[in-house]
Amino acid sequence: MLIAIVVNRVAMALITLAGVAVVVFVLLRVVPGDPVAMMISPGAGPADIAALKAHYGLDAPLLTQFWIWIRGIVAGDFGTSITMHLYVTEVLASRLPATLELAILALLVAVALGGGIAVAGTLMRRTPGEAAIDGLNSIMLAVPDFIWALALVLVFAVALPVLPLTGRIDPDLAQGFATRFYLAESIVTGRFAVAGNILSHMAMPTLALALPLAAVIVRLLKQSLKEAMVQDYVLLARIKGFRELRLVLQEALRNAVGPTIALTGVQFTFLVGGTVIVERIFAYPGIGNLAIDAVINRDFPLIQGLVLLFGLIFILINIAVDLTVATLNPRLRHG
Amino acid sequence: MTAPRLAIEALSAISLRDGNRPILRRVSLAVATGEVHGLVGESGAGKSTIAKAILGIIPSQVKVTDGRIGFEGRDLLSLSPKDLRAVLGRDIALVPQDPSTALNPSRRIDAQMTNGLRLKRGLSANQARLRAHALLEEVQIRDPERVLDSYPHQLSGGMRQRVLIAAAFALEPKLVIADEPTTALDVTVQKQILRLIRSLQERHGTSVLFVSHDLGVVAKICDRLTVLYMGKVMEQGSTADVLAGPRHPYTKALLAANPRYDRPDTGLEPTPPDVIAALRAEIAAFDAGVAGSR
Amino acid sequence: MDIGPQAPTVAARLMRDPKVVCAGGFILLLIVVAIAAPWVAPKDPLAQNLLMTTTPPAGFPDAEPGFLLGTDGLGRDVLSRVIYGARVSLTVAFVAAGLACLIGSLLGLLAGFLGELVDALISRLVDVWMAFPPVLLSILLIAVIGTGLHSVIAAIVVIDWTRFCRVVRTETKSQAQMDYVVAARTIGFSRPAILFREILPNVVPVLIALLTLEMGIAVVVEAILSFVGLSVSSDTPTWGGMIAEGRQIVHEAWWVLAAPLAALFATVVAFNQLGDGLARSLDPVLRR
Repeated sequence: MLIAIVVNRVAMALITLAGVAVVVFVLLRVVPGDPVAMMISPGAGPADIAALKAHYGLDAPLLTQFWIWIRGIVAGDFGTSITMHLYVTEVLASRLPATLELAILALLVAVALGGGIAVAGTLMRRTPGEAAIDGLNSIMLAVPDFIWALALVLVFAVALPVLPLTGRIDPDLAQGFATRFYLAESIVTGRFAVAGNILSHMAMPTLALALPLAAVIVRLLKQSLKEAMVQDYVLLARIKGFRELRLVLQEALRNAVGPTIALTGVQFTFLVGGTVIVERIFAYPGIGNLAIDAVINRDFPLIQGLVLLFGLIFILINIAVDLTVATLNPRLRHG
Repeated sequence: MTAPRLAIEALSAISLRDGNRPILRRVSLAVATGEVHGLVGESGAGKSTIAKAILGIIPSQVKVTDGRIGFEGRDLLSLSPKDLRAVLGRDIALVPQDPSTALNPSRRIDAQMTNGLRLKRGLSANQARLRAHALLEEVQIRDPERVLDSYPHQLSGGMRQRVLIAAAFALEPKLVIADEPTTALDVTVQKQILRLIRSLQERHGTSVLFVSHDLGVVAKICDRLTVLYMGKVMEQGSTADVLAGPRHPYTKALLAANPRYDRPDTGLEPTPPDVIAALRAEIAAFDAGVAGSR
Repeated sequence: MDIGPQAPTVAARLMRDPKVVCAGGFILLLIVVAIAAPWVAPKDPLAQNLLMTTTPPAGFPDAEPGFLLGTDGLGRDVLSRVIYGARVSLTVAFVAAGLACLIGSLLGLLAGFLGELVDALISRLVDVWMAFPPVLLSILLIAVIGTGLHSVIAAIVVIDWTRFCRVVRTETKSQAQMDYVVAARTIGFSRPAILFREILPNVVPVLIALLTLEMGIAVVVEAILSFVGLSVSSDTPTWGGMIAEGRQIVHEAWWVLAAPLAALFATVVAFNQLGDGLARSLDPVLRR
């Protein structure tokens, strides 16, 4: 039953998040290196440092700090960022939409690209074309998003300087937005020129994130499709006179797609993790880029908030995958 | 006498993997309009190869070396894939052997029955569903609406086979190939299915090529028979004639091996070794003759 | 159960796979070059020459003779720096991947073999661990432990041991239920003995393939960390550090980014293809 699955997953999720919270909290407090000392101007005395520490609650014992933090979370207060002097929730809310748009766009591109190539490879089975696809994909599987991002920088900075290399949108266009979902909003409100500009900025980070996932999809989906294509029901459909492409899409695909969806879900969490470095390379203003700064600056509350946010995203993705796989299997649904 | 619906002439095929071992040896048979023609033989005799050749799904390791499959005045073997696709489904249909694997587990029966109708006859979704409903009634399924909305795993083996039969007759094809349609079913269900096929065939005037290894089954439903052994036609004629007075030793051996429910049990007798030897010699002579004429 | 008699045939089979030969050859070459860096590198990787900054590679206009791949923003020879950078990358690859393999496998063996509470504990731990985004976790760890080679290695081990743990646990679990293990128990073999003498040898082939793949991952993680500035001190040339600098000046001197990126790409692909080839040859199930 679907509800049972959801409840089970949510319970596991909460336990996992709790574990994550504890780990990151302890880890940070074990740090050599004082965030307060980093913020204070040179020449300040120990009294000033102590005062600042008290202000951020960093002088209390570990357990007390943890308790205060948990209490805050339950009330919706994740603390104040030491470097940005804003509520952590505000900071996260302002940067999350950018990363969400990037990750989701990358997912769509990966699925379209990977799915298309997998279908093409299936139609070309037992021809040299398929061997070429396999060979190329084998290499693409080895290359992580980090390398793709830099390779794209190289190509588009030197050979084809047609796309912007940094940021999310041209600064002069960044007005009149009600939400931070710039891309979605500009499309929905019909401002296609603006949307085009955003897309040109997002093109390279999206591609860098999408290509590794596409390669994974190609390998698994093509294999699953080929296995489905030799089944009797496909043969019967072929005898009814359906074309090859129709057979792949209408008969084979729905039986082949289950494992791919599960794997895509897992790989999507890696994609989201990859935003940390890809956003950095393209100076894209999302939570990934924020995370690196937060760590370098030892911004405890922000780091804690970010880790919990990433953890939550990963868990939600896993739940979504479990649910999707369950709904797609008619046997599980209709018993 | 009108021209036969299906006319196979001197069909020969070899297995490329097996050192060009012959699979079919100049097989000829004809199925008239409205006739149920049985194609009988042991496994490996070549029956399914003939069926696959008609349907254009010969595996890559088999090669047709000679012969013609005449259907509606055209040689199916010489058709382009596009032309063959036009014929299939609309004029020729298949009732497959295993109902548990022949249906897509992830699609509802509705979709699987109507897709052919919508592709070949251009019916709308509603029209196709109505026709599917009517067909399910013809195959004596009591609750067609429920079955149409079901997935294959929710139906019994017998029901699935009825669905497949209904789907085969859905487009009013001129020829239906029934590939061992009762083999995967219980004995009690077999008789019903056979009667069903016969009644559908009579009502729609369809020709049927009934492939089977079971003489007993074939005897109940077929007008004419072709007996196949190692890819070569051993005997051909009307069912009554062949069964009453078989001329070929192989047919005699087959009949003897079939348990008869209406006679006291005489025990199964294996094909006598001298018959086997004679058959081998016959085949060898044939092959030599073929080789010599090249 | 020893793999001894099988070894010659396995090696022979590996030799026949062109991908394995190429990839393995490249890695070997890289190792040799890295070890022999002081003799192979044309120039001192740290020597700055402020009169010859950002000169292009050989063959391009304005190229300086002797600097095959050009110079960077401080006039240092790119080729020599790439060669020396291989030292850091390979060291991290072998040590970090090796340690992650060791620790992960040990825990996986224990979890799979001892079952019950131990398994539950370790599995929960792995789940929580894998809820962290890997890059973020590694950066966090470095920020905590401080920079340096040992930190990078520690960070990689801490993040990737779970990969080995899961695989080994699954493998061990299935092996532990097999007849020969039950038989060994009834005869009276102690549990550690069974673990190491019966189960482990069957797990080793998969482990070797996974280890090779992990080395490729370790190289990338090191590059990312040195890109962000959290790896070894900025004096030692690292591919990631060079890439970071190259990224900044990509419009003026694209070769400073291209050279280390190409080296990184080739190394990662080589480890990956090698691991793939090994997995296929060593795992009888995958061999099709």
